[in-house]
Amino acid sequence: MQVFPCPFCGERPDAEFRYGGDARKARPARDCSDAEWAQYMHFRANTRGESLELWLHAAGCGRWIEIRRDTASHVVIATEPMNR
Amino acid sequence: MSARRLGHGGEIDRGKTLDFRFDGRSFTGFAGDTVASALLAGGAQILGRSFKYHRPRGLLGSGFEEPNALLDLRDGERHDPNARITREMLAAGMELHSVHALGKASFDALGFLDRLSRFIPAAFYYKTFMWPRWWLFENAIRRMAGIGKLDPDARAHAESTIHLRADLCVIGAGPAGIAAARAAQARGLSVVMADERSRPGGSLLWRETSITGEPGAAWAAQSVQALRAGGATVLQDTSAIGLYDHNTVVLVQREAGRERLLQVRAGEIVLATGAIERPLLFAHNDRPGVMLADAVLEYLRRYAVCAGERVVVATASDPAWETAFALQAAGARCVLVDARTDPPMAAAARERGIELRTGARVAQALGAPVVTGARLDTGERIPCDLIAVGGGWTPLINLWCHARGRPRWNAELGCYLPGDALPGLRVAGSANGAVSLAQALSQGAEAGGAQGLETPACSEFSSGPGGAPDLSQTGGGRVWVDLQHDVTVKDLELAIRENFRVVEHLKRYTTLGMANDQGRTSNVNGLAVLADRTARSIAEVGITTFRPPYVPVSMAALAGHERGELQHPLRRLPAENAHRAEGAHFRDYGNLLRPAWYGPEEGALERECRAARESVAVLDASSLGKIEVIGPDAGALLDFVFYHRLSTLAPGRLRYTLALSESGAVWDDGVVMRLAPEHFVVSCSSGHVAAMTAHLQEWREDHFDLSRVFVHDCTSQWATMAISGPRSREVLASIIPGAVLDDADFPHMSLQTGVFHDRPARVARVSFTGERSYEVSVPASLAGALWQAARSGGAAPLGVEALGVLRAEKGFLFIGQDTDSETQPQDLGMDGPRRNRKDAYVGDRSLFLPEGTRAGRRQLVGIAADGAMIPPGAHAVASSAAGRRSIGFITSSYDSAALGRPVALALIEDGLSRMGEVLEFEHLGARHRGAVTAICFLDPAGERLHV
Repeated sequence: MQVFPCPFCGERPDAEFRYGGDARKARPARDCSDAEWAQYMHFRANTRGESLELWLHAAGCGRWIEIRRDTASHVVIATEPMNR
Repeated sequence: MSARRLGHGGEIDRGKTLDFRFDGRSFTGFAGDTVASALLAGGAQILGRSFKYHRPRGLLGSGFEEPNALLDLRDGERHDPNARITREMLAAGMELHSVHALGKASFDALGFLDRLSRFIPAAFYYKTFMWPRWWLFENAIRRMAGIGKLDPDARAHAESTIHLRADLCVIGAGPAGIAAARAAQARGLSVVMADERSRPGGSLLWRETSITGEPGAAWAAQSVQALRAGGATVLQDTSAIGLYDHNTVVLVQREAGRERLLQVRAGEIVLATGAIERPLLFAHNDRPGVMLADAVLEYLRRYAVCAGERVVVATASDPAWETAFALQAAGARCVLVDARTDPPMAAAARERGIELRTGARVAQALGAPVVTGARLDTGERIPCDLIAVGGGWTPLINLWCHARGRPRWNAELGCYLPGDALPGLRVAGSANGAVSLAQALSQGAEAGGAQGLETPACSEFSSGPGGAPDLSQTGGGRVWVDLQHDVTVKDLELAIRENFRVVEHLKRYTTLGMANDQGRTSNVNGLAVLADRTARSIAEVGITTFRPPYVPVSMAALAGHERGELQHPLRRLPAENAHRAEGAHFRDYGNLLRPAWYGPEEGALERECRAARESVAVLDASSLGKIEVIGPDAGALLDFVFYHRLSTLAPGRLRYTLALSESGAVWDDGVVMRLAPEHFVVSCSSGHVAAMTAHLQEWREDHFDLSRVFVHDCTSQWATMAISGPRSREVLASIIPGAVLDDADFPHMSLQTGVFHDRPARVARVSFTGERSYEVSVPASLAGALWQAARSGGAAPLGVEALGVLRAEKGFLFIGQDTDSETQPQDLGMDGPRRNRKDAYVGDRSLFLPEGTRAGRRQLVGIAADGAMIPPGAHAVASSAAGRRSIGFITSSYDSAALGRPVALALIEDGLSRMGEVLEFEHLGARHRGAVTAICFLDPAGERLHV
């Protein structure tokens, strides 16, 4: 029952958003090793504390946003459009 | 206990009588009564049987702390299998029954279980009814377990959840809560205040108090009136069931048996939830006739019910003295048993004729099945019909713990209090350890942010801390800690001997505090026993975790109006009415209501397939995706998202392609059309439209300049009819005047635009049946007209079920049915892009992991059954010296009228290199045989597209 401030729509309940993974992860190039690709695909940092996440405002503007939040306290530190 | 109604006083309206029944007996109460107060006044003393030993039980408390008085309640259409009658307002005609008794509460055929109690120790069920013999006992135990029985025919009313916002949300409208709300409103804040009683005031309603010269209850009523006038929302009969993230409070409001949820988003929260009294621990303290002193006072002052004639009030602190004074004044004869040797109000008590036993404690409740006396630790026996106990106070900090607050033991007050402060959340009043009215008012005002506001002058009859649990009388006899789950001190001692010393373990092993009263009256007493018997302090023992809901809440309230189609809305086709007029039989396909077939079910598949193969048929394909991708970078985005390159597609042409997930698995398929150099339309599967739009949007935002490519889902704006069959060209000609019909100018997998009813139309020549086909799309408002036009042109209706057969004959796959989460494109025989593409696309790297390149991958093949159809799901079985194992399974299987034999698709290990091999299949014990073939059974050369 968190409230996320969408950069386009303002404060909205978390039920409108869909989690999209760790925003810090970059997609490796095609010539990466199997291990690097597996790291990208299957390993999660599962941070306790500050994390940077992608969320889709699915039931709102339909835009992907980056949310910097604390996974322990659930405090939202900042939100920004994913594409800036 | 000979309770009686006083002739005057209380909140009840004596002019309005309400008749109701309990266990077959008639009772009469008054408007303003709770069910509990009316039953108490009517002399119903045994209200139920205990959970495990079937001991007779009566009222202990007056609110949600009540562990015993749960009754089966019927009121018109409403049925509540375990109504909390202490919080249930009485209504005329209510039918109440005791639960958990075989027969009725006053005579329970399972009462003999109590005599077997020493054979039913803590964790008896864990220890006894274990595998392999559990089934011997299961039925009998399950029949006896549980509290109340659901009536599957009963209807629960749905109320929509209400969402509120407030600067401050106050839980509890007692003195502290009201003071907080007043202070906040004075600061200009918006306030929502919720209170679980039927009127505001909390303990002011039954304690003798005065605030600014007025009785406390009047002050509360006036304050709430002023708060409402100032714009505050004050909700009565409303409990907070949980505190959640970002200061969300969820409330449940009860009104005439209905429950409604309210979700409040608050800037700040003040918890003024009060405290409840704890029972005393002595032998047979569970007998009907042992009640909490504070509850006895509430029944007397609010409902004018004097709960006993000869009363022993047992306590070690001043607040319970008010109960003795009030009962004596109402005509009862009271004996005050106080553990203190020199209680301060002793002289005043004697003046009023109250007998005193100081330095004494109750050691045992005498009498069965109800209390007839009390034995003191001095050996004295006092005849009585009511033992009112005041064993100290338990602040209600459950909600504070929901917000992840850690409680801290306060040895001086003998209770757990909120520990380190939490942001945005304050606790005030007796929930925060206030032991006097003045303290509660000032804490409340402070929590509400009062600045320079003076705390109103106040006085009260008695006050002071209650102290920690007294364990001196737990040595002999059976002493109850948890009345609802029948946990005694001996049970706890046994569990401790078995080394269940961690508080959470002890709780689960003995079920202490796990009943639906959530251990309100038992928790701290249990902790005290654990601490004492393990030579630790209560602070060292710790406290179990409180979780929502704070009070039981019905599933109906949680569901609200989200039931049936409102919970799971069906999407519908714009031409639904036209299909209904044709006698369509509808089915739910992935949350989409589509015509499965038309007319009688008998022969429908064959009839519709034959029309498409031999003449012409029309299918409503409006639900297929129509996601527009527009802009100079549109081709680049589609190249990245899809398996085949699409930037190379010529305008006016179509291409079939797959979408992979990053794991390389085939996620969706579809046709992409290029309307213009910078304008594509993605026609994905019906069930994937929202996900595909989000997927395109994600990569657009991740990889591209947003001003150079746009994604826009137009699926519901366009209706599409797929006209298929050798005569489809004639139908097209009749629908779209002037349409290009010549195959040279309008070849397979190409596109033209036209006009239909003066609106734009698109015609795509693409086939999912293997026949010559045209998909005509028009604005959705013309869906019915387009359907009618196709029908008038001679096309027979075609449903989704027949389409399944037609496409299987051609080996066209349904993603998710003919593929699974491991299927990669090379397993479908589509290895081209994997081999040739060097640019990046979603899923590319995964196709080259060892998993993607290994031998033995399951590949999609056709299966020609040797005889009758092989059922879908049948496994192909390979036998070897090592035994039999599955090498794959049938994914689709149909009887084909066109071919006169069954067709099937299957995912088989190394299937593409097993062509011609005959496999054994097995399904639910039946064996089948079939040969591996190519996936296309009908017209492999595709000549029918041009017939």
